[in-house]
Amino acid sequence: MKKYLLDLVERREMKQNIPEFRPGDTIRVHQRIFEGEKERVQVFEGVVIRHRKAGNRSSITVRKISYGVGVEKIFPIHAPTVEKIEIVQRSTSRRAKLYYLRNLAGKAARLTQEKAKPATE
Amino acid sequence: MGKGILGRKVGMTALFDEFGQKVSVTVVEAGPCVVVRKKDPAKDKYNAVQLGFVEQRADRLRKPDAGQYRKAGVPPKRFLREIRLSAEEAAGFSVGQVIGAEDVFKVGDKLDITGVSIGKGFQGVVKRYHFKGNTMTRGTHEYRRHPGSIGMREWPGKIFKGKKLPGHMGGERVTVQNLVIFRLDSKRNLLFVKGAVPGSAGNLLVIRRAVKSAAGVKGKAK
Repeated sequence: MKKYLLDLVERREMKQNIPEFRPGDTIRVHQRIFEGEKERVQVFEGVVIRHRKAGNRSSITVRKISYGVGVEKIFPIHAPTVEKIEIVQRSTSRRAKLYYLRNLAGKAARLTQEKAKPATE
Repeated sequence: MGKGILGRKVGMTALFDEFGQKVSVTVVEAGPCVVVRKKDPAKDKYNAVQLGFVEQRADRLRKPDAGQYRKAGVPPKRFLREIRLSAEEAAGFSVGQVIGAEDVFKVGDKLDITGVSIGKGFQGVVKRYHFKGNTMTRGTHEYRRHPGSIGMREWPGKIFKGKKLPGHMGGERVTVQNLVIFRLDSKRNLLFVKGAVPGSAGNLLVIRRAVKSAAGVKGKAK
């Protein structure tokens, strides 16, 4: 009974304009960064390897290879600092957590890309 | 005006502050409470208000309680608790008045929150008092989570009172001091308090202005 009130609180804190994406999709996350007085937007592009669904506390882990080094960043997607999420490339993945990508590199780390424009949808 | 209210723990979640940092908060439904009785300094020798919280069916009440509500002319409530006030503070209250979270607190106020902690049952000293226990290996036989020695020899020939030993843990009255109100929803009487609060979701909480904080004292003067 009280749980309903908590859900309501969390739902109110959630953003409505987040595009639908799945683990495996390549996305671009725009995040506001504060450096002392200055404020700028940093863009991080990579593959979603985890989507933790927990109301307004939901987060995603995005992985990319930067100068040959694997980099992962966890974004609380409902945080005000996360300005925008864009989908770059949709892929099909058979699992929800793509931790196995950490052990793969180069060609082996590719995912099956979804067709640019599916017939239906 | 006042300095306390009754509330109910709703649960915990996290919100983002103005810097985009995540803050763990406890959601507390504080009010609406109704003033059921005002203590009279002439008669009772101190100032206080008795607050009722949560609607209750009249047939669920004990007769002495029912009489209290009848006398005050307010609908019956499930919980009735007293909040002590100074004379000036008490002046702002009258019997039958309904108060919400917004009437008593504002964002940034410091609170002391009292509730009944979650019952843990009969627990050993490691969980109950954070004893270190003994080594897990090196030949320890059936003595891993024991308290060790609990006293001396023929003198004093007894175990001192208050010795920390296994026993019932939790389910007791606990007050957490100096919790800060992070956000306040006056429409739904919700307080978002930084940090944790005793008890399970749904438990009754007594929320008072912090006794030990300067901010609390300043707030009291208002």
